[in-house]
Amino acid sequence: MKGMTLIVKKTTQLIAGIVFLYGIYIIVHGHLTPGGGFAGGVIVAGSFILLILAYGSDFMHLTREETGSTITENLGILLALMIALAGMITGIKVFFFNWLPHGTVGELVSAGVIPLYNIFVGMEVAASILTIFLALLIFKEEVTKW
Amino acid sequence: MNPLIPLFVAVPLAGAFLTMIFGKFVKNLNRYIGLIVLLFLAIISYYSIVTVSGTVSVYKVGGWEPINGIPIGIYMVMDSLTAILLCIINTIGLLAVFYSFTYISQYTSENYFYALFCLMVAGMNGVVLSGDLFNIYVFLEISAISSYALVAFGVEREQLEATFKYQVLGGLASLLILLGIGFIYWKAKTLNLADIKVALGSAPEKIHYLLVQMLLLSGFGLKAAIIPFHAWLPDAHSSAPSPISAMLSGVLIKAAGIYVILRLFFNMFIISEEVAILITTLGALSMAVGVFLAIGQWDIKRLLAYHSISQMGYVVMSVGVGMILVARNTKPEVASLAIAGGLFHLINHAAFKSLLFLNAGAIEYRIGTRNLQEMGGLSQFMPATSSTSFVASMAISGIPPFNGFFSKLIIIIAAIMAKFYLLALIAVIVSIITLASFMKFQRYAFYNKEVQKDEKSPKEVPFPMVASMVTLGILCLLLSLLVLPQVRDIVLKPAIDILMNSQMYISPILGM
Amino acid sequence: MVVYLLCFILFLVGLYGVVTRRNLVKIVISLSIMEFSVFLFLALIGYVHDGVVPIVDPANPDARYVDPLPQAMVLTAIVIGLATTAMLMSVIIRIYRKYKTLDIREIKNLRG
Repeated sequence: MKGMTLIVKKTTQLIAGIVFLYGIYIIVHGHLTPGGGFAGGVIVAGSFILLILAYGSDFMHLTREETGSTITENLGILLALMIALAGMITGIKVFFFNWLPHGTVGELVSAGVIPLYNIFVGMEVAASILTIFLALLIFKEEVTKW
Repeated sequence: MNPLIPLFVAVPLAGAFLTMIFGKFVKNLNRYIGLIVLLFLAIISYYSIVTVSGTVSVYKVGGWEPINGIPIGIYMVMDSLTAILLCIINTIGLLAVFYSFTYISQYTSENYFYALFCLMVAGMNGVVLSGDLFNIYVFLEISAISSYALVAFGVEREQLEATFKYQVLGGLASLLILLGIGFIYWKAKTLNLADIKVALGSAPEKIHYLLVQMLLLSGFGLKAAIIPFHAWLPDAHSSAPSPISAMLSGVLIKAAGIYVILRLFFNMFIISEEVAILITTLGALSMAVGVFLAIGQWDIKRLLAYHSISQMGYVVMSVGVGMILVARNTKPEVASLAIAGGLFHLINHAAFKSLLFLNAGAIEYRIGTRNLQEMGGLSQFMPATSSTSFVASMAISGIPPFNGFFSKLIIIIAAIMAKFYLLALIAVIVSIITLASFMKFQRYAFYNKEVQKDEKSPKEVPFPMVASMVTLGILCLLLSLLVLPQVRDIVLKPAIDILMNSQMYISPILGM
Repeated sequence: MVVYLLCFILFLVGLYGVVTRRNLVKIVISLSIMEFSVFLFLALIGYVHDGVVPIVDPANPDARYVDPLPQAMVLTAIVIGLATTAMLMSVIIRIYRKYKTLDIREIKNLRG
């Protein structure tokens, strides 16, 4: 896939980092403000998609990136599951138990394991939306190649 | 709280993600992960069915205790009916995974197959375990989406067409279910099955109640492929790879369709006679129409798929007869007999229909065709396939001493005792037509032609496939033991009690 | 009441599209319209007049909150809807590559 014009590339260069940071902000403040893992993850994936669309990429790169994002996706959700399972061996021994100290309401480091879930879910969602995008793009590349 | 309950969902999920991460780097790791996961699940489900025996164990996920007697948070509930379904899902799943060892190696990207398979099992286990309506919906979607992908696994023309049809109708079903859930939440302000029954009270608003029932019945009816909603089933079940057809036909339509209908209409709604009659009619209709559609088929898997509709009709009809009697509040022993027949046939159908699909897969694996007219004389080349498919055909058409005979007998006796003579007559006629249809299958596939043995003639399928088929064949015989009172009292009786008396389901959950 | 009625009309619009359209992509769009009408309905159920965002504020513990449960349900259902739509679109791309058409009348290998 070819990239776009210089103007688009330069603008993307300026914006993509900010979009990425905003996504991270939404993810880590998930337990305090509306938003969280899913919304933030979509924004983070958006920054990557912006870069790929503006700069273009060739077939080899895309497949390699898809492998990477698939692994990240599965790793994220596996870690979230591990945290949930860890609840079964600590505290009152229940699946999905919030086993970390809860802290005070309104602080960034509070609410026990919920920020951790948000981070891993954000990782999972970002990677999976990127994977969907890459898979559709690879489909398209395959068609134009033939 | 029983720590095994969340493991039914967590272990297959972990298996799926592990397969996707490491399966690419280590050869054959994916299939061993699948096998170990399903073996573990099968063992804990057998352990559960022995230990549960009539009790209802509730698992409060996250440790959220009820506040003022109102349940908050997610509840997972294990009772005898759930335990039966868990045994079916995980046993058939284990055998299907073992069968896939050689069968799936003819496709590429085995990783995705085993990962999606584990996801589907996780979804179905979740559906039967969850104690609230919205989680049923979520797990249903997990199993449905992975089954959409698995149906399209061959990515050929017909698989893609089948999966598109399946997805559009499946999506429609999910929306109807979600709409029904919304309507329930509007009035009841709760999603817990037991709490909904209490919140809606003994004299609910008639129109609202009927609307919700119709929405949920059509939604789950679409998932269970009861007759007016059956259009997707023959395509999807015949196009999928054979182990997946066995899972879809043998397990998914039961766990996602029939089980939920049973649970909702017996334990959540107050049983009303009109709805019970509607369910019985739908069951009788699918029983009769399914078999007539099946008789003209020449594609083995399509034939089997239509028979799935017909056999599920037996289950729905028999349970419906039980519902009518419960609603009329007469003859409780006949009602319990009818429900017992339905549940027994549900278990049996899982065994023989998965076996038949595995047989069809074995034939396709060796000859490369599913058309009955192009095969013949296979009995001398593939003795194991031939004999196991004979067992399954006899079981599905209701010939003693195989399991299908006993369950059909119970259903017919219950219908006669309840004075539904027409239903009993339909059941007998359908059984005879089923026998004729399977005679045709046996004759054209395994006998009919005298073929000389030479180098080019097909060989018996590899060991994993034979082992799965033989195990299921033995199960077809062993399940007849469920008719004995000693075995029935352990397995079927507690489940029937839970269905007949919803107070037994509600009070442990609400802690009354 | 009018809002609920509009919501229902949106549902019927989607259903009409699923039944009558012949292009695969348009069927998926109609399915999405139906999906969003259901989400809208769920979100409306949880609405409380003069309610505020359901985040606990220590300064004002007795505030009227909107019901957060339907919102959580809608969020989950949106994620599921995303997965279904992505799956459908990838199947459509595959179908287009095999059949070279998106017209549902020409995609009829399976009959009977």
